Amino acid sequence: MNSMTESYDDTADGGRGRGAALLRNNTLWTLAVLVVLFLFFAVLKPAEFATTFNIRGVLTESAILLVLAVGMTYVIVTAGIDLSVGSILVFSGVVAAKTMVALGGTTAGWGGILLGALAGVGCGLGWGIVNGLLVAKAKVPPLIATLGTLGVSLGLAQVITNGSDVNRIPAKLSNVIGFGLVAGVPWLVVIAGLIAVLFGLLLALSRFGRHTYAIGSNAEASRRVGIKVDRHLIKVYALSGLLSGVAGVLSLAHYSTTTIASHTSDNLGAIAAVVIGGASLFGGVGGIGGTVIGVLIPGVLRNGLIILGAQRFWLDVAVGAVLVVAVYFDQLRRRARERE
Amino acid sequence: MTDPLLEARGVTKRFGHVQALRGAAFTAHPGEVVALIGDNGAGKSTLVKTLSGALRPDAGEILLDGRPVEFAGPVDAQRRGIETVYQDLALAHDLDAAANLFLGREITRFPPLRLLDRGAMRRRAAEAFDELGIRLPDMSAPVRQLSGGQRQCVAVARAVAWASKVVFMDEPTAALGVVQREQVLDLIRRVRDRGVTVILISHNMPEVLAVADRIEVLRLGRRVARLTAADTTVEELVSAMTGGLDQEDAA
Repeated sequence: MNSMTESYDDTADGGRGRGAALLRNNTLWTLAVLVVLFLFFAVLKPAEFATTFNIRGVLTESAILLVLAVGMTYVIVTAGIDLSVGSILVFSGVVAAKTMVALGGTTAGWGGILLGALAGVGCGLGWGIVNGLLVAKAKVPPLIATLGTLGVSLGLAQVITNGSDVNRIPAKLSNVIGFGLVAGVPWLVVIAGLIAVLFGLLLALSRFGRHTYAIGSNAEASRRVGIKVDRHLIKVYALSGLLSGVAGVLSLAHYSTTTIASHTSDNLGAIAAVVIGGASLFGGVGGIGGTVIGVLIPGVLRNGLIILGAQRFWLDVAVGAVLVVAVYFDQLRRRARERE
Repeated sequence: MTDPLLEARGVTKRFGHVQALRGAAFTAHPGEVVALIGDNGAGKSTLVKTLSGALRPDAGEILLDGRPVEFAGPVDAQRRGIETVYQDLALAHDLDAAANLFLGREITRFPPLRLLDRGAMRRRAAEAFDELGIRLPDMSAPVRQLSGGQRQCVAVARAVAWASKVVFMDEPTAALGVVQREQVLDLIRRVRDRGVTVILISHNMPEVLAVADRIEVLRLGRRVARLTAADTTVEELVSAMTGGLDQEDAA
């Protein structure tokens, strides 16, 4: 070839090996932060913090948030946002609870529980499709569309229940899914873990995942190469809604009640987890591996601070500060990389 | 001369009160670089959009391989071997070069799951870049980290990899420095040498003369001149664009 081709790598910095690739890996940095945080509390309070019982507790508390954050990761990778996850969780929980109560209440069998769970998850999927249609077809900005469904779904959940929580949840549901263990691991953690692995692999390895990144990176370019962007966005918001429905059923199992009033900040928790995990709110970047760590960092921090005896109001201060610091460092690293 | 590969005859297109094309004609032969030039508002973009399937003409016909065609959309045109390199690049900047090359046409395995066959895509992307003499510092880096020239090379390579017949390039060197501009012009020649017709839209007259075999000039929505690059000067081009020279199609 002629000499001109040689200058094609004029900006190359040659010796980029495996080591450089690892340094560029955001997830690894976030994992390091989690490990340091864990070791910090484990050294300070070994007897209380680093016990099987306590770790199991941290994982259980994080499980439901993780299910929401998995769906949120897909949405944020498309450069969207879903504020409605907590409300959809409540709505789905209420519908699932009402169905289970109708099918036998506390003494309902697995058949009734399954029907109730399906009803709840189905409602979640339905709300997700509504979000997707609003964003992709009606072109309402995701922030506004999901703020709308946040209000509507929570309001309707309260209309259905007259504002009071639904109790009389099947005992089997809370005893097994809510508190039961499989080989020493809580069912909640197993289910959330399976969901994270399944959808993590889908995002990383499938064509569906690749198109999710492409749309977040450049929606117009995706459209031009023939990717059905609108249909894909509807699927992504539907997935987030579906997983919020699953989280609603898990929450019902764990708390034995619908906890209508306790999910107002679930959306922010899930968004924080995804962002701490390395995703960009501008889309195109992120992954479920990072999100898992992003869920665990605030979880470990909260738990550790409680054990250290901090006043509980300080917990939100700490988690909020971690979010901002994490994103700030991520920005610094990104800028350094762009300058290369 | 060979039979035309892609041809427009008497194409008109109106947007509201603006008559963008007034019976425009255009001819591209197999394996040539043909530049389409014209002043702002001459109708270049509109003509290219009708030829690449992005717009439907109000009247007139488009012929591919001598047969009239009607494109249902850009993707339909792509299926028939006509690709476009857009001025704004149209790459997904967070994905790597291979992912961009195969964007929307991923090689997948296990049909129900459609898992990506990264190895195959990376191998074939490396071959495609090699064939065009494009060297990238890091095939696995997001294209965001590449220089402007390298990104333009990725965009061109993608179009060429899928174009069996025609590649449209809309101002492919507009945002580039001198060295990078040379790289892209060189690439255009290599694409032509592979037998793919390149239709170049450019405002840069010396560049047009350097790389094109033929030049077609649009003015006020009509073709006014067809010139051979080898015996044309910048002055003649400018005169054709501004109205000093009118070879044909005049009423």
